[in-house]
Amino acid sequence: MNWKINFLMRLDEEGIFVKSEPYNQFELWEINDKYWQRFAELAAENKFRWAAGFAEQSGEQFYVHACFETAGNYILLRTTINISKPDIPSQAPVYAAANRSERHTHDMFGITFLRHPDPRCWTRHKAWNKHEYPLRHDFPVQGNPSKITPPDTGYHFIQSHGVGVYEIPVGPVHAGIIEPGHFRFQAVGELILNLEERLCYVHKGTEKIAEGRTPQGLAKLAGRISGDTCVSHAWAACIAMEQAADIQIPRRAALIRGIFAERERVVNHLGDIGAICNDVAFTFAFMQMMRLKELWCRTNYELFGHRFLMDKIIPAGVLVDVNEAASAFLLTEIQELRAELSQIMPALDLNSSLEDRLYTAGYLSPETAAHFGTLGFVGRASGQDFDVRRDAPYAPYDSVYVKVAAENQGDIASRFWVRYKEINASLKLIEEFIEQLAKLTEGDLIADWKTPEKESFGLGIVDGWRGEIISYVRFGENNTIARFYPRDPSQLNWEALEKAVLNNIVPDFPVCNKSFNCSYSGCDL
Amino acid sequence: MNWAIAILQTVLFVALAPLLAGFLKFCKCRLQNRRAPSFLQPYRDLLKLTRKQPVISENASWLFYVAPYIIFTMMILAATVIPLIAVDMPTSESADVIVLVGFFAFARFFLALAGLDIGTAFGGMGSSREMTISSLAEPAMLMAVFTITMTASNTDLSGAILHILHSGSTLHPSFVFALFALILVAVAETGRIPVDNPTTHLELTMIHEAMILEYSGRHLALIEWASQLKLMLYGVLIANLFFPWGIAQSFTFGALSFALVVLVLKLVVLSIFLALAETAVAKMRLFRVQEYLGFAYLLGLLGMLSHIILESTR
Repeated sequence: MNWKINFLMRLDEEGIFVKSEPYNQFELWEINDKYWQRFAELAAENKFRWAAGFAEQSGEQFYVHACFETAGNYILLRTTINISKPDIPSQAPVYAAANRSERHTHDMFGITFLRHPDPRCWTRHKAWNKHEYPLRHDFPVQGNPSKITPPDTGYHFIQSHGVGVYEIPVGPVHAGIIEPGHFRFQAVGELILNLEERLCYVHKGTEKIAEGRTPQGLAKLAGRISGDTCVSHAWAACIAMEQAADIQIPRRAALIRGIFAERERVVNHLGDIGAICNDVAFTFAFMQMMRLKELWCRTNYELFGHRFLMDKIIPAGVLVDVNEAASAFLLTEIQELRAELSQIMPALDLNSSLEDRLYTAGYLSPETAAHFGTLGFVGRASGQDFDVRRDAPYAPYDSVYVKVAAENQGDIASRFWVRYKEINASLKLIEEFIEQLAKLTEGDLIADWKTPEKESFGLGIVDGWRGEIISYVRFGENNTIARFYPRDPSQLNWEALEKAVLNNIVPDFPVCNKSFNCSYSGCDL
Repeated sequence: MNWAIAILQTVLFVALAPLLAGFLKFCKCRLQNRRAPSFLQPYRDLLKLTRKQPVISENASWLFYVAPYIIFTMMILAATVIPLIAVDMPTSESADVIVLVGFFAFARFFLALAGLDIGTAFGGMGSSREMTISSLAEPAMLMAVFTITMTASNTDLSGAILHILHSGSTLHPSFVFALFALILVAVAETGRIPVDNPTTHLELTMIHEAMILEYSGRHLALIEWASQLKLMLYGVLIANLFFPWGIAQSFTFGALSFALVVLVLKLVVLSIFLALAETAVAKMRLFRVQEYLGFAYLLGLLGMLSHIILESTR
C-alpha cells in the first residue's frame, strides 16, 4: 500500500482533498472538480494508467468518473458538477487515452471539457442535433429521429499539403463484410503520413437503452455490445451488478464462467491468426484456422446451446452446467486442438514469405502503447505486461496461475505469436478449471438474487479476449438499472492503431489493422 | 482454310480462358482443403454479369465506357498472335512478339486511364501501382522473349517455335533462364500471388482490382474475361514456346486434335504448379515487387548473355 500513502501525501501537498472508500476490486476516490486535470497530471507522474472515463446524471448533478490503474489496483475517481454549469478541466492533455472518451461524454451529456485538445464531436454524427444530449434524462429513449439521417459531412479531418501528397478515404462501407468505420489516410506515394479514424457509424444507443432494464435484461444487452465478446462483456456487467447487490456467486458458476471466457478467447484468437494470414494472401492458414475455429463454435452450440455462448452468463450465476460428459468432451477437444496446432503453427513459423510480411510491419513502440493505455494482446506485444486475470484476479482466476505472454517486439508478428501463446495458456486454464470443477461437491449454478439498494453501484473488471473490460453499473429503484457504461478495450486500442501504421506503406494497412482487430461495435456503443 | 483455322484457334482461346480460370480455382481450393466450385463457374459468373445493368459513376467520361471494349479487343488480338494448337497461321505472320507486348501495353494503358478516369482514390492508386509494375515487367519480358527469338533469328512466334521443334532436343541453357524470367513476369502481369491477389476484398492492397473497382455489369464481365484471357495467353506462351512438342504443323484434323489434347495437358500441369506456388507463399510487400521483377530482368539478361556466349554460332 506504499504507492497509495505516497500518492495521497502528494495530493495533500497540492491541496487536493480526497474522500476515499474501499470496494472489492477498486477504491472510490472523490475529489473537487477543479482538480480534475491536476489529479491526472499527478497520476501520470506516478505512472498510473488511465483506464476509463464516463459520466452520469443524478438529478440536477453530473457525476464524472475516471478510472485509473496502477499495479493491479484500480481507483475510480469521481467528481460532481452542476448541470447548470457543466464544465470540467480535461484530462486529455495529460492522458491521450482520455481524448475520445471525453468527446463521447461531451456528445452524450453536454459536459464541456476545458482545454481539451480536440473540440470535434466523436460519437455524434448527424443522427441528433448539436445541442441535444441523449444520455440526459430529459432526452427520450426513442430519440427525435428524422426520416433519413443526414450524411456526416463537415467533420474536419487533418489535412496535409505538399507535392505528391494525397488523401485516401476508405469506408465506412468496405468491400468485405466488416463493420463500418472510416479511415482517412494522408499519403505520399505509398507511405502513410497520417491516419485518422472516424468511428461511431453504428451508434446503437446501448447506454441509453440500458436504463430501466432488469439485471437479466442488462446481462443480455451486455452480451450484445460486441458480437465476438458475448461472454466477457456479459461477465463484466454481471460482476458489476453482483457487487452492487453484494452477491457471492457459487464457485461452480465462477469456474464455468472462466471456461466460457477462455473458450471465447481461443475461438477468437484462432480466427484472428487465420485472418492475419488471409490479409497477406496466405489462404492456406486462413482456411485451417477457420476450420479449427468452426469446430469449437460447433461444440459450443452442441453442448451449451450457442455458438458464441451468448446469454449463458446471467446475473448471480450461469445458465448452463458443464457436466461430466461435457467436461470429458472439452478435454479431448483441447488435446485435438493442440495436436492440430502443433502441425500448423511450425509450418507458418517456417514460411519465409509470411515472415517477411509480418516482421517489423505495424510497429507499435512500448512507449506509444503505454501512452495510449493499450490493452490485451496489442499491449502485451508492445511491452505492456498487464493482465487483469493475474494482476487484479477475480474468481475463478484467484486459484490458478495465469501465464501472461508479454513481448517487446511490437510488430504484427509479435501480436500474431502473443495470440498463439495466449491460446496455449487458455487451454491450460480450461483444463485446470475442469479439474477443479470435478472436485467440487456443491452443484449450484446460480445464487439467489437480492434487490440492490437504490444508488448502489459496481465496477466489473474482467480480462476479455481483447483485453481489460470495465463495466460500470449503478442501480436505480426497484431493481432497475440507472446507468451502464461498458469500456471495451478497443476504445483505447483504436487510437494506438493510428500510430502503429505511421511509416508503413498503404497496402500494409489492412494487415496492421487485422493484427489489432479492434471492435467497431464495442467502441460505438 | 488457313484463315478458318486461325479464326477457330482465336475462338478457342477466348472460349477456353474462363475454363482455365475455373480449373486454377479448383486446384487452389483442393490445396486448401476446400470444396471447389464447378469448372464452369467462371462462365456462369460472366453470364450473370452480362445480364446485370452496369452502374456507372456520374464522373465517368467516354473513356470509362470504351475501355472494357478496347481491353477485350486487345486481348483477342493478342490471342491471334500466339500459336495455340498450330503454327504457321496467317495471323501470326502479320504480327510478331514485339507487337504482342504492344497489345498488352495498349490494353494496360487504357485500363490505367479508366482507373484514373473515375476519380476515386483507389482507382488512382491501382493505376499508379500497375504502371510501376508494368514498367519493370515489360523490359524483363522483352529480354526473355528476345533470347528465344535471337536463337531462332526471327521475332515471329511461329518461326521461333518451328526453329525449336526442328533443332531437336538440344538443351539451351539460355532457354532455362528465359523460361524462369517469363514465368516471373507472367505471375506479375496476370496479377497472381505473390505480386497481386485476385481474390482479395482489401481495397488498399489491390493492384489490378483497384483499377476496376468501379466497373459492374457487362463492363466488368469484359474486363474479367480479358484478364482470364491474359492468364491463358501467358500460360500458352510459356507452354508452347518452351515446350512446343505436340503443336500441329499441318492442318489435318488428326494433328489439330492431338495438339489440342497436348495443350490441355500442358496447361493442366502449369495450373497445378501455379496453384501450388500460390498456396505456398504469401503476397509480398509492394516494395519487394521491384526486386522480384529486377530478378526476372536479370534472368532474362543472363539468358541473353548465355545465348551470345555459349550458343551463338557467329
